[in-house]
Amino acid sequence: MLTAFLACLMLSFGLGATSAWAEGEALQGTLTNNGAPVAGVKIKASTQDGAPAGEDTSDEQGKWSIPVTGPGTYKVELDIASLPAGVGVTNNRPTLTPTVAEGQARNVLFPLGSAGGTTGDGQPGTKDSGGPSSFDRFADLLYSGIHFSLIIALAALGISLIFGTTGLTNFAHGEMVTLGGLLTFLFNVTIGMPLVLAGVISVVIGAALGYFQDRAFWGWLRKRRTNLVTTMIISIGLSLLVRYVYLYFFGGESRNYADYNAQAGVQYGPFLIAPKNLICDVIALVALAGVSFALVGTRLGKATRAVADNPALAAASGINVDRIIRLVWTIGGALAALSGVILGTFQGVGFGMGFQILLLIFAAVTLGGFGTAWGALLGSLVIGLFIQISTLWIPTELKSVGALAVLIVILLFRPQGILGRRARIG
Amino acid sequence: MDADRAARSRAVEALAGLPCEPGVPKPDPILIADNVVRRFGGLTAVDVKHVEVQRGSITALIGPNGAGKTTFFNLLTGFDAPDEGSWTFNGRSLSGVAAHKVARAGMVRTFQLTKALSKLKVIDNMRLGATGQRGETFWRALLPGTWKQQEAEVTARAEDLLTRFKLIAKKDDFAGSLSGGQRKLLEMARALMVQPEMVMLDEPMAGVNPALTQSLLGHVKQLREDGMTVLFVEHDMDMVHDISDWIIVMGQGGVIAEGTPDKVMADPRVIDAYLGAHHDGAVKTVGGEEVDAGDLEESGGVTLIGAVDELSQDDVPSPPVSGDDDFRKEPA
Amino acid sequence: MNWSSIFSVSLEAIIGSTTIAYALAAIGLNVHFGYTGLLNFGQSAFLGVGAYGIAITVATFSQSLWLGVAIGLAAAVILALLLGIPTLRLRADYLAIVTIAAAEIIRLFYRATDLRKWTGASDGLQSFSQDFYDLNPFAGSKGIDLGLITFTDRELWILVVGWTLVLLSCLVVYLLMSSPWGRVLKAIREDEDAVRSLGKNVFSYKMQSLVLGGVIGALGGFVFALDRAAVQPDTYGTEFTFFAYTIVILGGAARVFGPVVGSMIFWVLLVFIDSTLSEASNNKVFPEWFMTTSQAGSVRYILVGLGLILLLIYRPQGIFGDKREVMLDGR
Repeated sequence: MLTAFLACLMLSFGLGATSAWAEGEALQGTLTNNGAPVAGVKIKASTQDGAPAGEDTSDEQGKWSIPVTGPGTYKVELDIASLPAGVGVTNNRPTLTPTVAEGQARNVLFPLGSAGGTTGDGQPGTKDSGGPSSFDRFADLLYSGIHFSLIIALAALGISLIFGTTGLTNFAHGEMVTLGGLLTFLFNVTIGMPLVLAGVISVVIGAALGYFQDRAFWGWLRKRRTNLVTTMIISIGLSLLVRYVYLYFFGGESRNYADYNAQAGVQYGPFLIAPKNLICDVIALVALAGVSFALVGTRLGKATRAVADNPALAAASGINVDRIIRLVWTIGGALAALSGVILGTFQGVGFGMGFQILLLIFAAVTLGGFGTAWGALLGSLVIGLFIQISTLWIPTELKSVGALAVLIVILLFRPQGILGRRARIG
Repeated sequence: MDADRAARSRAVEALAGLPCEPGVPKPDPILIADNVVRRFGGLTAVDVKHVEVQRGSITALIGPNGAGKTTFFNLLTGFDAPDEGSWTFNGRSLSGVAAHKVARAGMVRTFQLTKALSKLKVIDNMRLGATGQRGETFWRALLPGTWKQQEAEVTARAEDLLTRFKLIAKKDDFAGSLSGGQRKLLEMARALMVQPEMVMLDEPMAGVNPALTQSLLGHVKQLREDGMTVLFVEHDMDMVHDISDWIIVMGQGGVIAEGTPDKVMADPRVIDAYLGAHHDGAVKTVGGEEVDAGDLEESGGVTLIGAVDELSQDDVPSPPVSGDDDFRKEPA
Repeated sequence: MNWSSIFSVSLEAIIGSTTIAYALAAIGLNVHFGYTGLLNFGQSAFLGVGAYGIAITVATFSQSLWLGVAIGLAAAVILALLLGIPTLRLRADYLAIVTIAAAEIIRLFYRATDLRKWTGASDGLQSFSQDFYDLNPFAGSKGIDLGLITFTDRELWILVVGWTLVLLSCLVVYLLMSSPWGRVLKAIREDEDAVRSLGKNVFSYKMQSLVLGGVIGALGGFVFALDRAAVQPDTYGTEFTFFAYTIVILGGAARVFGPVVGSMIFWVLLVFIDSTLSEASNNKVFPEWFMTTSQAGSVRYILVGLGLILLLIYRPQGIFGDKREVMLDGR
């Protein structure tokens, strides 16, 4: 069993923020093999032109850190000779060239595992194949794909419902996701509440904020009969505004919650999963299933679908359309915040975390068919799995490219999305 | 008016002896459609076995709401694609041909919900209609000399039409500032700029101020006088009876009856299928405009089909709720 | 506080090269969005292919600048075709999502370490502008010194070339938009079904609009790259496009000089605020808890976001626009 999984967990998801700041540049990382820390490994960093920039040896927790003088691209080399016997770098890339942005403590990942045939040493081979077993790697990616798709789905369902009832493509939805993460960080780290409580409060605040932003802002725009394109560009302005307000107060670095930080994975069948992630999955599934079934089963849900179907007709048959839309914003806000809370446990909290996954959320919603609840879920699953599993063949840094390219290709052949209907009759 | 009478009598004569049966062949058809089928999910919106439209006539297409009239219009004009079927216009097959090519072939339509280009001036709306403009190609557009003269000709023709449609005083106003009826007139005039052989009017009278109705009627008759064929969808039976030479009745997607106005109006099938249903208030209205399948589709993005129907099935439709707090009335 | 330096950089922004690059980006976007109603959220990608077209051709393959220019323009055309074919037949917001996605895809490719030997990955590419500055007729002169405003000989050259491109683009847009071709575009913005019913090939016109705006955007990319003598992937991110939108709306959509005026106002304001805040925080005018130097950097984005919202709500026609002519109305 290998640790490629952990590597995948830690690699940042989504699309790099276009402009990010942080403070105190450094290169850092944690070396683990099969969940256990690997100590005593030498790591050397040098600048692009070969000047040494520092070195470190991993400690008992497998952690190493090399402060550097400034932003730029560094060559980071893991001394293979210092690895314990039988352990190797599974992707055969002991030298990496990460770029450190201004103020960034850049995580550098060396996935470790049983050494493959490339080292040629006689080794106690628990695995006879060289390098990582492709099945294990596949299992790891499969799980992280599912986990990630649940995070996307939470946000996608909200976007999709809001689009369905109001016609608005909300570019500021990513900021609602970020809010969940930031609030949880605030309650958990700054104030010191337990993470679970902090998360619950954040989701409640997210819901309230969803309600109030429709009441105070979007509802007001609707009343002014602002057209949808204008409203959509307003949401872009809002996204920019809010994102950089976050940056102003939170700073540019990615930070972690105080609890459950480095939880070791537990083996479930072929999957090595940190229990916190599994718990998050269950919560996300319950939330998604709850909202989806409520849409189908309850009066309120039917009224929501009626509004999505035809607002004027729904209004004429006695539904209070504004109230339904407000409800949808409330649910959307709560789901987005929950998505942010979970995303925060998964990859840390940063000011741009929601915006970074926004395009993937859009991709999921478009794939599934705009305005359909099940479509949003299915689309998320496709995107999440595709992103992770495609890294078997394409470089990890290009995984989002694959997902977005799939979006474009699907639009070519099935513009209505996977579940959307092409045409309809009233 | 003499010319009008002559045009009418020509059309009436040609159609006089025909049996009033669905799909009856016409002496000089300009449009022939065969087995045109359009399904939306499980619902068959249009299933027309055979229909012909006589050249030079005013033919009305009537039927209860949901009968598939607008959808059929959309199919014929290339704004929607059929699941099956073929049709010819002037002997040329137009099935599967893109909308803009249909228009160039000489079959031009108007829309139920008027599509005046509000932020263009009335005269520019008109000029847009002219086909074969040199200045509409990218490279020539950069050289005003190549298209200025043609533009002047187009403008002259546009002004003639505007005069005829009594819109000339408004020619430099934005189309958005016109009244509903004036927009209908503008749309019809703009369609004529294409110099079509056949004009398809989708509810030309819907939303028109009664004072303008007569003038619009006159313009429709003038089209026939000018040798054009008119096919129009309309609900106002008085108007239909007044101006059409032939009526095609659609019901549940198919053609259920055809004939001269007098015979069709007396046909018990028509009274059952159309008049009965229509006067029972089966027409759903949305925002004051009647909605047909095609328009709901255009309104876009709505996918949660049937939710409204579900609701109306399990509730007795209640009048709009007054109190803001009362989310939705429970069924009595 | 060094007010004279603040004023001089702000004044220079009226005609500076950043203003030019954004003006060209916005002129292109105005063709897409203002005239045709196309929601292109990937304008940054068109500038990116222009800039990288030159940079890769010259720096990576040591070919001539002119070949780079040709490749940059061709790349913009191809990009427009690639974006347009799947989306121009679909609802407007699909184009929005696909273009923003495509812009990100392209940026991620520039960043990709596997392509470092061609693109320089996140470091970008340098030293490709020599050919351009070799042509500088002002080389060796003192440039311009008007007291507050100074431009070196190098800057002067890029300004002359840049403004020539801006004026040429405006001329082309003016000629086209007062022609029947432009009338079709504006009609498509209003209602494409109506245009279709009058026998115009709407798809083809939208595609021509996308190509034209994209090519003008690529010109902006040339100016941007040559001015900085470097390309860097993250310059061409989504914020670039959002800035360009703000500029188009500020100056008034569907107006020939709207984007140019918009870009001038936008950059003067932004540079003024930016440099005032950074001077203020460097000189500890604000207490540390209120604003640090790095926080001052995020203020510009906050202001642009706020400005975009307020403009769209209260003055969708921009500063000089006529409300009746703009698609962004509050009806």
